[in-house]
Amino acid sequence: MILEVQNVSKNFGGLQALLNISFSLPEHQILGLIGPNGAGKTTLFNVINGVFPPSRGTILFRDEDITGLKPYDIARKGMARTHQIVKPLNELTVRENVMVGACFGHKALGLHQARLVADEVLEFLGLNNRADQIAASLNIAQKKRLEMARALASQPYLLLLDEVLAGLNPSEIAAMVETILQIRQQGVTIIMIEHVMHAVMNVSDRIIVLDYGQQIAEGTPEEIAHNPKVIEAYLGDPKLAQRLQEGNGYGDTRGE
Amino acid sequence: MNAWRTPGIWVALLVILAIGLMPIVLKSDATREVVFTVLLSVALASSLNIILGYTGYVSFGHIVFFGLGGYVGLYALNVVGLPLWMAISAGGLAAGLLAFLLGKAILRLRGAYFALATIGINEAMRAFVINFPAFGGAIGISLNFRIYREYGGATSALWLTYYLMVAFTLLAVALSYAIKTSKFGLGLIAIRENEDAAEVMGVVTPNAKTWAYVLSAIIPGMVGVLFYFKNGNIEPGDAFRLHFSIELLVMVMLGGFGTVVGPILGAAGYQRLRGILLTTPVLKDIQLVVAGVLLLLIILFIPSGAVGWLRHRFPKLRQVLP
Ligand SMILES: Nc1ncnc2c1ncn2[C@@H]1O[C@H](COP(=O)(O)OP(=O)(O)OP(=O)(O)O)[C@@H](O)[C@H]1O
Ligand SMILES: [Mg+2]
Repeated sequence: MILEVQNVSKNFGGLQALLNISFSLPEHQILGLIGPNGAGKTTLFNVINGVFPPSRGTILFRDEDITGLKPYDIARKGMARTHQIVKPLNELTVRENVMVGACFGHKALGLHQARLVADEVLEFLGLNNRADQIAASLNIAQKKRLEMARALASQPYLLLLDEVLAGLNPSEIAAMVETILQIRQQGVTIIMIEHVMHAVMNVSDRIIVLDYGQQIAEGTPEEIAHNPKVIEAYLGDPKLAQRLQEGNGYGDTRGE
Repeated sequence: MNAWRTPGIWVALLVILAIGLMPIVLKSDATREVVFTVLLSVALASSLNIILGYTGYVSFGHIVFFGLGGYVGLYALNVVGLPLWMAISAGGLAAGLLAFLLGKAILRLRGAYFALATIGINEAMRAFVINFPAFGGAIGISLNFRIYREYGGATSALWLTYYLMVAFTLLAVALSYAIKTSKFGLGLIAIRENEDAAEVMGVVTPNAKTWAYVLSAIIPGMVGVLFYFKNGNIEPGDAFRLHFSIELLVMVMLGGFGTVVGPILGAAGYQRLRGILLTTPVLKDIQLVVAGVLLLLIILFIPSGAVGWLRHRFPKLRQVLP
């Protein structure tokens, strides 16, 4: 198992953002993480990669207890992530942004090596013609890809993707899904938070559903799509529930 | 790609060297005094730029390192009887050590809280020195004139401090450039741009910030020794004057924070302006007001400073203007 989350809870003051989450993730799999807005998906990422310590519970990464470690410690152990709300290093060029990931993440490369890796990754994500632009000048779809490029440049074992498809048009979604599958092919394990149902249903080996901080279901995409609890959780959003069952639909129902 | 093959940095260093040689060629004491002040400003502004410009932390009380260096240096020369080079090292060491100890504590604060804390430290240091008998309390330390004799008398001691000032200015600029073009510097700039993102990408922010602070403190500590050695005495009121700190901020902001050349141009430009103000009777007393207004105007209209503005306006310059 590359990642084991054991009875993890997180509360913010009185708000129970996560309650008793447990799952194990084998290597080379793609785990989908879905749930309505405010379910606690991003919070789970934040707890896994050390942005907040969990209130209770344990997290093992590659058989090592990483509970309570700082994000930079965890990054150096080989976990990388993207942010739902992008965090570009605005005044640096796109290439320099990616070099930060390569220099300080898992592989901790020197500047020279980092530059080579950055250019490779930028090429892979189709940002190579933007390499010398400052990051602030990118549009939102490009900034999402930049998030991915920085994460990939560290050559992680585990990649956490927080809504990288949100705000993309159908053809961009298709391209990104292809990219995600290629990343997995290179041996990277992936957890992806996604609202675009057909995509997450298609690429995930397993799916976990969160609702109000609770893990209400876990299973194959097939099982999840027919799970009555899941459908109920999405009932607040009937259209989304319907799409879930149909397994198609392009839907980020929320505005970015 | 080797960063030292970029012509920009060599041009900057050569210009500083040329200006530094001027008083020597002219054999002029007056020019020497003017250039000394400009070089001192360049060295201090370039050092401040490491924490302010690269890392994005506003060190408002940065002059504390200059003052502390001066005190430790004069104490080392006068009381301990160390030679000048050891006094200078001691000043740099003391400043670096203070920054290291403070760094662990106050660099956890972000934004305005850090800036306020640095002011507090400057004031606390002044209060401490006033009550510290070894440093002469409220009176300070006056250099024993016999010490100049070891350096060939007062005149040649003045020239010696001047040569050293040129060397330290070159060192400060070279260090600033070396940091900016290093992996360590990339981490600092990542912190400035988005500290949370930097952490997530693996930048060990507490260490990086602490070392940036230490590196920005050492040269001010060393040139503090030079300045007060040349001055002959040091007092708590002078050594920790907050308005020097503000002037340094103006210089860095004027030239362009986060660039290597910015603080050089800013320091030189500000000192020229100050010279004009001081020699114009009406403006003489409102020199600080002008500095304040200038800072305000820069922040409002050219927040990235002259060099930053140029780099934005002409992106090609990014490669040649470090
Ligand atoms: N730092 C924080 N402090 C306090 N409350 C927080 C914090 N971060 C998240 N929350 C709260 O925790 C809950 C879960 O938020 P989270 O961002 O994890 O949801 P999500 O599942 O990612 O939602 P979305 O699909 O909208 O991104 C929300 O009620 C949110 O307001
Ligand atoms: Mg979220």
